[in-house]
Amino acid sequence: MSPTAQSAGTGTRVDVRKTYKLYIGGKFPRSESGRSYEVVDGRGRFLANAAQGSRKDARDAVVAARGAFAGWAGATAYNRGQVLYRVAEVMEGRRSQFVDEVRASEGVAERRAETIVSQAIDRWVWYAGWTDKLAQILGGLNPVAGPYFDISAPEPTGVVAVLAPQRSSLLGLVSVLAPVICSGNTAVVLTSELRPLPAITLSEALATSDVPGGVINLITGRTAEVAPWLASHRDVNAIDLTGAADAEGLKWGDLELAAAENLKRVVRPAGEGADAVEPDWSRTPDLSRITPFLETKTVWHPKGR
Amino acid sequence: MAKFEYAPAPESRAVVDIKPSYGLFINGEFTESQGGSAFKSISPATEEVLAEITSASDADVDRAVAAARRAYNGVWGRMSGADRGKYLFRIARILQERAREFAVLESLDNGKPIKESRDVDVPLAAAHFFYHAGWADKLDYAGLGTNPRPHGVVGQVIPWNFPILMLAWKIAPALATGNTVVLKPAETTPLTALLFAEVVQQADLPPGVVNIITGAGATGQAIVDHPDIDKLAFTGSTGVGKMIARSIAGTRKKATLELGGKAANIVFDDAPLDQAVEGIVNGIFFNQGHVCCAGSRLLVQENIAADVEKRLKRRLETLRVGDPLDKNTDVGAINSKAQLQRIVELTAAGEAEGAERWDNGCELPSKGFWFRPTVFTGVSQGHRIAQEEIFGPVLSVLTFRTPHEAVAKANNTPYGLSAGIWTEKGSRILWMADQLRAGVVWANTFNKFDPTSPFGGYKESGYGREGGRHGLSAYVTTGDSK
Repeated sequence: MSPTAQSAGTGTRVDVRKTYKLYIGGKFPRSESGRSYEVVDGRGRFLANAAQGSRKDARDAVVAARGAFAGWAGATAYNRGQVLYRVAEVMEGRRSQFVDEVRASEGVAERRAETIVSQAIDRWVWYAGWTDKLAQILGGLNPVAGPYFDISAPEPTGVVAVLAPQRSSLLGLVSVLAPVICSGNTAVVLTSELRPLPAITLSEALATSDVPGGVINLITGRTAEVAPWLASHRDVNAIDLTGAADAEGLKWGDLELAAAENLKRVVRPAGEGADAVEPDWSRTPDLSRITPFLETKTVWHPKGR
Repeated sequence: MAKFEYAPAPESRAVVDIKPSYGLFINGEFTESQGGSAFKSISPATEEVLAEITSASDADVDRAVAAARRAYNGVWGRMSGADRGKYLFRIARILQERAREFAVLESLDNGKPIKESRDVDVPLAAAHFFYHAGWADKLDYAGLGTNPRPHGVVGQVIPWNFPILMLAWKIAPALATGNTVVLKPAETTPLTALLFAEVVQQADLPPGVVNIITGAGATGQAIVDHPDIDKLAFTGSTGVGKMIARSIAGTRKKATLELGGKAANIVFDDAPLDQAVEGIVNGIFFNQGHVCCAGSRLLVQENIAADVEKRLKRRLETLRVGDPLDKNTDVGAINSKAQLQRIVELTAAGEAEGAERWDNGCELPSKGFWFRPTVFTGVSQGHRIAQEEIFGPVLSVLTFRTPHEAVAKANNTPYGLSAGIWTEKGSRILWMADQLRAGVVWANTFNKFDPTSPFGGYKESGYGREGGRHGLSAYVTTGDSK
């Protein structure tokens, strides 16, 4: 018998529902705007009132992400790998909750939801293993024609804004988030607009996984309203526009245009021309979501006796 | 002791044969423009007219892109890597064979000292072709991802500070990976690119693989906006780089941008000071300071600031400024009147904002564009000369007390191209190198370049890298084909 439907002497127990809030700087605030919006399931039934994030929330999140950057980028790669693996552990322990929310949000059958959650957990494990391998795979010694030691290594680019996929509320989210933070970037994520609940539950897992506050910030709300403020924000170093696909009232080209103002690194959504399509997240990932958010640093030093 | 007098040691210009006028190099031959105009390229050292150059029209850009597309579809895109590589080896060898010609022409057109064009620009350009030639049939081993393949037609726009070297940085990786090219040299320095067209002919490169069209900003914009360009590579100012980023927003065109900088050259009190002073001089007075990664901000530890300043000024008084073709010249001509005006304006702002100005007092030629090696002391971070790229022989000196302060000041800029560190303490070098948000960090050296070594910036210094395995990645797409 599930605890939420436990009978008491007088009948069915009234369950305790969750308030879905934002996740900024390791805390769970409501939107400073005081706004919320109704989230419904695949059949249009009420699920929850989610916080409707604002421009100010986005800016607060950037401040939190910038503040967390030096510590996270400066943490050892081994440490970052353990933290990412810990996220997978905590998710595994709460998998039934994720399954329920993916079912409700995406309108899929339980078996399908089980598969999605398994893949999302496994994706954290995959990226956890990358943290201490990137420098060797992507960097190395440069055999320059002179008496110099010359070495190149990848570094995180900084604060990355991420438009999470609109359809795949959990697997898609993890698939764009984990590659950004595994290398030491910090992230401000706009969740799926219509399916935000699994993201907030994920943030509860993050908060108990030793992910330092501010490394990952999640904002629920209207993508088309908040995304332009992140695209034009001068203290954001890169933006992933994957979630522009199917975002209502949003043209990704406009966001790329705004991003040019401080030469953000831009990951365009998949698709041809001006179209944007959401990728198939069940496919095995590769480095293509890690490398756009890296800088190569090359250091020279003379050799001599 | 009296200064030694140097006898003039001019390099002969008889080795170059400049034509009175040049057309556009499209589809393997020089062609007349369709509706374009003409402009003159002058020697910045004498203001002498060197040649008449074509300003390519939109129709010309269209022809060049079409030729590149035909060459890509017809021959280059399907040629084996081994054969592409052999063409690049040929180009490298011809550049070496004609090195003196390129060096003299470069110094004439650009104004840079012959010792730099002869010992740096041209040899490095040849080395870039040699390095990338070897990659052409080994891309599967480059670790770029599965199934690396070219984008198609690449548009490339290069600056005037290192004309033939920037051409090599652009064309060599593009061709090695199987792309074809439409390249525009800067309007003030087109001559070595046009001479390179002859190299392309001598190497029997298939027509259309390399197209070289001349012109100013409008021609560059036409390349950027052309719908049949798959990828752009630009080196130049951050302002133009942002324009390009805006132009391609919402399209599927790829781009790499190598833009401006305001590098900090950081000198600690335990540094070998004589070496550091040479590094400071090399950092900002190499190539008249027309270097995107120039060490234009000297950050010197406060307790040695007076000493470093004294040594630096003494060294600058020995710099020889003048005829670019004289083999003893250290500092040549400013590349253009417009650039000279910018340097004059920014140095005036430096004085107006309260920094103390010093120059080496050398005599300057009466004709041409010249600027004395100049040092500003008492500069604070808010000054324009500490924030804006001057792109001239002007050094701004700031001080710091602790390594943390040095890092904070060094990183206090929208740019992030390069940085220098001078100290004998190894652990401090490595700590500093980690903290500096810059793409290239030179420790106890400065302004070193190599084809194997990735170069490029953080933040508003652009994106992408040139050189090394990393530079190849900008020219290929990987993964499953759609």
